[in-house]
Parts: sequence; structure tokens; C-alpha cells
Amino acid sequence: MSYTCEERDLVVIGAGPAGLCAALEAVSHKCDPLVLDENHRGGGQLLKQVHKFFGSHHHGAGKRGFQIGEELVEKCEEKQVEIRLNSLAAAFFQDGSILVRDPKKIYLLKSKATIIATGAVEKPLAFPGWTLPGVMGAGGAQTLMNVHRVLPGRRIAMVGSGNVGLIVAYQLVQAGASIACIIEVDDKVKGYQVHRDKLRKLGIKILLRHRVVRAEGDDCVRAVLVEDMQTGRVFRYKVDGICLAVGMSPLVELPLMRGCELEYNLRLGGWVVRHDENMRTSCPNVYVAGDVSGVEEASIAMEEGRLAGISACVDLGLIAKGKAQNKRKEILERLRELRAISGKEVGEDQRSSEERNLTV
Amino acid sequence: MYIYEHPILGKINKSPKVTIYINGRPHEGYLGEPVASALWAAGVRAYKLTKRFHEPRGPFCFIGRCTDCEVEIDGIPRVKACVTPVKEGMSIRVPDL
Repeated sequence: MSYTCEERDLVVIGAGPAGLCAALEAVSHKCDPLVLDENHRGGGQLLKQVHKFFGSHHHGAGKRGFQIGEELVEKCEEKQVEIRLNSLAAAFFQDGSILVRDPKKIYLLKSKATIIATGAVEKPLAFPGWTLPGVMGAGGAQTLMNVHRVLPGRRIAMVGSGNVGLIVAYQLVQAGASIACIIEVDDKVKGYQVHRDKLRKLGIKILLRHRVVRAEGDDCVRAVLVEDMQTGRVFRYKVDGICLAVGMSPLVELPLMRGCELEYNLRLGGWVVRHDENMRTSCPNVYVAGDVSGVEEASIAMEEGRLAGISACVDLGLIAKGKAQNKRKEILERLRELRAISGKEVGEDQRSSEERNLTV
Repeated sequence: MYIYEHPILGKINKSPKVTIYINGRPHEGYLGEPVASALWAAGVRAYKLTKRFHEPRGPFCFIGRCTDCEVEIDGIPRVKACVTPVKEGMSIRVPDL
């Protein structure tokens, strides 16, 4: 069986913050990118963010996440960037061709350059009862309430006090739910002070040095048992939902299939695609941007997208190296600022040799 | 339960309402929303039972990855409810608990 094959200069996989910024960067250098996304809307996970972003005006500081996402999609429309929605990149072969599936057909794409911006998926946490309906990813709950406008539960326990846990707990309250508790195994709150303060004002408890013992319920969650790890005492909270905010895993299937080298970096979500400062992977003309290159924030993903867009255009011969260098310098400077804010500077120099040796 | 009023997002702004059938019973849903959210709003929690141990499963990731939200839609088994849009008259089968 043969598939129709279409040829393009640049294909961007994923229409989230990284992918859209990569496409916008490329189009500004007279490149004609094609963006693929399996969802029916562009904007990625920005669309479920109702909180305001910080950073500088480059990252849409002061705007809410979904507004940034909508603006990126509008800009792409303005610049006539082709975004193919409902289009799943099902495979990325070693000869560089991409197999795409949409509701009507399956076809092959051949691209001279490919930017992979597939993002990440939430990590689960295994405890007895974790498979019960009502136990869901915090991001999943966020999608349900903020995008689809359905309340995940009336009383919810949040597991994890990182930024996702804190933000989603607050948003659950905004949507009309109540929070039974936030459970954190560490002895300190992991997320930003500003998010913690908002929860404190609402009187929400963050239980430090606590762990989930199990979830109870028959057809869905009815209660959660939480242990104080210092005293061994176990508390029971009646809940109809448990949200897990225990980190994300980069979606590396496509780069792995293509043959890109991975490296293990626990702080960035585990196995991430190895890349240089300019987002080039170990495969020629294949670039990464956003969470697939290491789980960080949306504003960082946007800058990485711009870097990947520049690199692809340099390799396609669309920008002079000197011009590219100046633009890169500005972006790298902004990335450093952003990473300083997020308190986890993860530049090339900071990756330990141990982590770098763990490549496949 | 739908969130009709939201302090930041305002009034619910969804597409036209349609009728879907959950285990044969009519329910309201919004055209184009994922089947998973329509089911959750209708109070369904167990979307499928696992094959060997018959344990209930419900949506986990909401982005089409985890496969815990598979349901039978219009006679087709194991359709991911979180990435399948609601259509008028859709017939959805979930475990009758």
C-alpha cells in the first residue's frame, strides 16, 4: 500500500507555546512552516491556564495563559501559517518522513527540517486505589474545569505542592470546589511563594512530610488516607477527587523513533531529548522545543521555540549566521532570566557529567 | 456538573446543546465538547471496567494518552472519550454500576 507524500521545508509537530513560537519565528524568515496538532484547537496546554503569567512583556507577563495561547494562534493566522488540526503525527521514520493521521486519511510528509514540540504528559503516582475513577492528573482536572467547564469534584485532595499543585488547587476553589488538603512528602512547599500565599489566604492546609496511604471507594473515590510521616498517625479525608501533581514526563516517542539521542535528567522530567543550546538534536535537521526537551514553564517553551525556529532557518539557508547569532543572544539572555526566576537554572554547564553520561 | 459561572472565565460559553444517550437514557451535552466531559457532567464516574479484574476506570489525563476513559460509542468499543467530540444523538455505553 502506498500513501500520498507531500513535501515541505519545515514541519512543526505540536501547536502549543513552543511549536507556535517556532512557526512564527520561521515565518518571519520567509519560511513556510506547516504545524501539526492532534487536538481540535491550537494553543496546547496554555488554553487551560487561567492564572496570570509573570516574566517580561516578551512572555506575555500579566496576561492569562489562555489569552497568550489565543494570541499566538491569531498571530499565526495573520501570518498565514498553516496549522493542521486533528492531525496526529503517528510516526517519525529514520528516513525523516512523518506519518500523519487525520479523521479522513493517513498520509506521509517529507520535510527538510522538523521541529518536535510534543510537550509532556502527567506522571501518575501509584498507591492502593490510585486507579479509582476520581483520581486524576491535576492538569487533567484543569482541562476539565477550565476548558470544558465541568467540575472535577466537590471536595478534592491535591497531591504535590509544586506550582501545578498550588495553581490547580486555587483554580479548583475558583471553579466552586473545596480543597480537603494539599499533601507534600517534602518538608517544604515546592511551588512559588505567591501561589502559596493565595492558598493560605483561603485557609487551605498544606500537609508537609505527609504521604498518601491509599484511596478508598468502590466505583469511585470516596476518601483518602494520609499519613503524617513523622508521627505515623493516619488521617482520613472524605473526598470525591484526588488530583496528582507529581511531575510530568516529556513525550519523547517521536524523537526516539527518529533516532534522536535522549539523556536522563531527573529535574527536567526524566528522559529528555538531548539537544544543544540552539535546540538541535543529535539528528541532522531535527530540533526540539518546549517540554519534550525538558519540562519547564510555558514562557521558557516559547523562547525555546524561537531558538528552534532560528536554527531550522539557518540550516535551511534562510538566515545568515551573523544575524541569527544576534537574535539568539537576546533569546538566551531572556531564557537565563526566566530560569533564574523559576529557581532552577538548568543550563548546559549545570548538567552533571553523570546525567550526561546516561544517554541511549 | 457544569460550571455555569466562573469568576475569571465568566458565563459558560458553549456550543448548542444536544441530546446524547448514556446506556440508552437521554442526557444533555454540548455539541463538540469531549464525550468525557459530558459523561462527567452527567455524573458518570466509571467509564470502563478492566478486562481481567473488572475494576472501574475513569479519565486520568484528559489529553488522549492514558486510555482510562475508553467507552463504547455508537457500537464501536474502546473509543477514547476525552478526544472524541459529542454529536447529536450519540449513543454511549458505560458500565452499569
